[in-house]
Amino acid sequence: MNPPEMLLHVENLTMRFGGLTAIDDLSLDVPAGCITAVIGPNGAGKTTFFNCLTGFYKPTTGRVCLNHPRRGTLQLETLESYQVASRAQVVRTFQNVRLFAKMTVLENLIVAQHMRLQAASCFSLAGLFGLPGYRRAEKQAIEIAVDRLKRLNLIDRADAVAGDLPYGMQRRIEIARALCVDPVLLCLDEPAAGLNPRESAELNELLQSLVRDEGLSILLIEHDMSVVMNVSDHICVLNYGRKIAEGSPEKIQNDPHVIKAYLGEEGDEALDEMMSAGVAP
Amino acid sequence: MSVVVIAHQAPSAAERFRDATAVAFVALLLGIPMIGLTTVDQGGALQVATRWPVLFAFVVIVFVGRLLARYVIDAINVRQRARRKASGIVARKHGVISAWIGWGCFGLAILMPMVFPDNRYVIDTATTVLIYVMLGWGLNVVVGLAGLLDLGYVAFYAVGAYSYALLSTQFGWSFWQALPVAGGLAASFGIVLGWPTLRLRGDYLAIVTLGFGEIVRVILVNWTALSGGPNGIASIPRPSFFGLPFTPPGDVPTFASFFGLEFSPLHRIIFLYYLILTLAMFTNLFVSRLRKLPIGRAWEAMREDEIACKAMGMNVTNVKLSAFAIGAMLGGIAGVFFAARQGFISPESFTFNESAIILAIVVLGGMGSQLGVVLASLVLVLLPELGRDFAEYRMLLFGTAMILIMIWKPAGILSRREPTLRYSQPEAGSAGTRS
Repeated sequence: MNPPEMLLHVENLTMRFGGLTAIDDLSLDVPAGCITAVIGPNGAGKTTFFNCLTGFYKPTTGRVCLNHPRRGTLQLETLESYQVASRAQVVRTFQNVRLFAKMTVLENLIVAQHMRLQAASCFSLAGLFGLPGYRRAEKQAIEIAVDRLKRLNLIDRADAVAGDLPYGMQRRIEIARALCVDPVLLCLDEPAAGLNPRESAELNELLQSLVRDEGLSILLIEHDMSVVMNVSDHICVLNYGRKIAEGSPEKIQNDPHVIKAYLGEEGDEALDEMMSAGVAP
Repeated sequence: MSVVVIAHQAPSAAERFRDATAVAFVALLLGIPMIGLTTVDQGGALQVATRWPVLFAFVVIVFVGRLLARYVIDAINVRQRARRKASGIVARKHGVISAWIGWGCFGLAILMPMVFPDNRYVIDTATTVLIYVMLGWGLNVVVGLAGLLDLGYVAFYAVGAYSYALLSTQFGWSFWQALPVAGGLAASFGIVLGWPTLRLRGDYLAIVTLGFGEIVRVILVNWTALSGGPNGIASIPRPSFFGLPFTPPGDVPTFASFFGLEFSPLHRIIFLYYLILTLAMFTNLFVSRLRKLPIGRAWEAMREDEIACKAMGMNVTNVKLSAFAIGAMLGGIAGVFFAARQGFISPESFTFNESAIILAIVVLGGMGSQLGVVLASLVLVLLPELGRDFAEYRMLLFGTAMILIMIWKPAGILSRREPTLRYSQPEAGSAGTRS
């Protein structure tokens, strides 16, 4: 692989809630066209980092620059959360699945294409009168959604109510929905949480195929080391809001700071446990 | 004492018996002061008398009634569970049945004045039902689809009514000229209410909208120069039939003289009925169409999860304001009709009670269901009317009906949501049969 181009550039990001510093002077580069994982113990500030990135929080200080392939450099911290998705095309999923529970799977994926469809419907007027331009856009949106569902093996559940489906499937639907927004950078917040080993193996494959076949860039928060170590090209470790290590999976596994953060001071004994538990590949 | 529980499996006979005994015991406790004891006038002095046989009969009736009711409720529950287990094919069938009921109601509504051509009371009541149906459909956009609990909907109804009243009495505007303007005014009031409440949800939004409804009413009561205060606005012109007034024959051509009919005051009543039917059907068409457009799906998505909507790139501000504006516009149009029909309006017609009834229609009907609103309006408007024979027990009957609906249909009369679009399976046989 050629030396990767930087897609996202995070510079001195700090987020304080009152006296608590959730993210402390974090700088990070996310290369384009690969999978970057952010890991760390509970409360390390991973989800806060995601929220700052996607406009749900306004960072106290620092900059988040996105090198958008078509729209130049965008300052994500100045955008509203919906603009991060619609303009910068940085799309996220959530730690606890946030589907539109009473709507069908297909509708969930169509809602994700709201911006395009709403523009095509000209303030709903073209849609109200069923003009051909809008009908074409709607047909195209359904095609995109159906295509996604077929690829994620969800097509026979297209008309099912999303909230009634099993949890693992809901996680996949959430990813499918995020893909329908047409992301440049896909941010997944613990996509493997609550999945069984077979489902997380499927997830690994899905993530890799997205990067390989569609050139998507993925930023991942994950606790499941079998996912992190298998799919990531690049790992960043946070602890107490600070970056304590960064690099390839092999490098991270042998980093003394990381082992200390995860397992405390008596590293050797615990490290053996970690190895035997199959955390390392 | 056993608590009333909606059983997951049909209970045994012993359980049913215990349940009925418990209910009969409560009835006994309540019945001692209310039925068992009574006052009788004996020689000018009131004395307490007992009616134990009546009380005993009452308790027995409650006991047997509870046994029967329990049996019916369980049977319905079991059937519903079976239906829920059944596949998407049933869902489709359900949609077809709803559509047929809808068309049936529409047909009946059209034929109604022909069936009762001379019965002013029936047509008047039907007109009232249709006003509530239209208000329910309007509020359904805000509460049912967008999930924004609005307790001050009557404010928009009032804005529409007063807009028409003022435009017609002060500036001589006709009904059809004022209709869009009043709708637009109400919509802008919707946005005025929407702006400060953008960040609020649920209970907090409900309180603010409740306050807004009251503010509008209090302004109407106190701003005498504009609204006439508590005296209201009288002699509001009635709508005409394409310029032909419904007046006794005179110099100008009237509806009766133009069509060579004998003048009858009923013509106007029937015309008003068809007018509100048209307005309501327009509302229905408009809302069901919007629901299948991106904006409608956005409303429903926002009801489900606002944060996820933002993450999908949706500008939630616009989505919310559009729901408020369109709901308010429909309420305003209903208000114009109300003013034109009554010929007189005062703040008295726009109390919180009205908001509560409209909201009850939406909730009882099943949030988001168009046909549910029709059925709930029928229930809520007709029950008090039918109950007139029962005099003081009228509101009791009304309350009982509401409680029964909520027991049997906790999510409203029609709670099944129809998807806005479907992925039609190529092989129809396998559609949704997998569990």
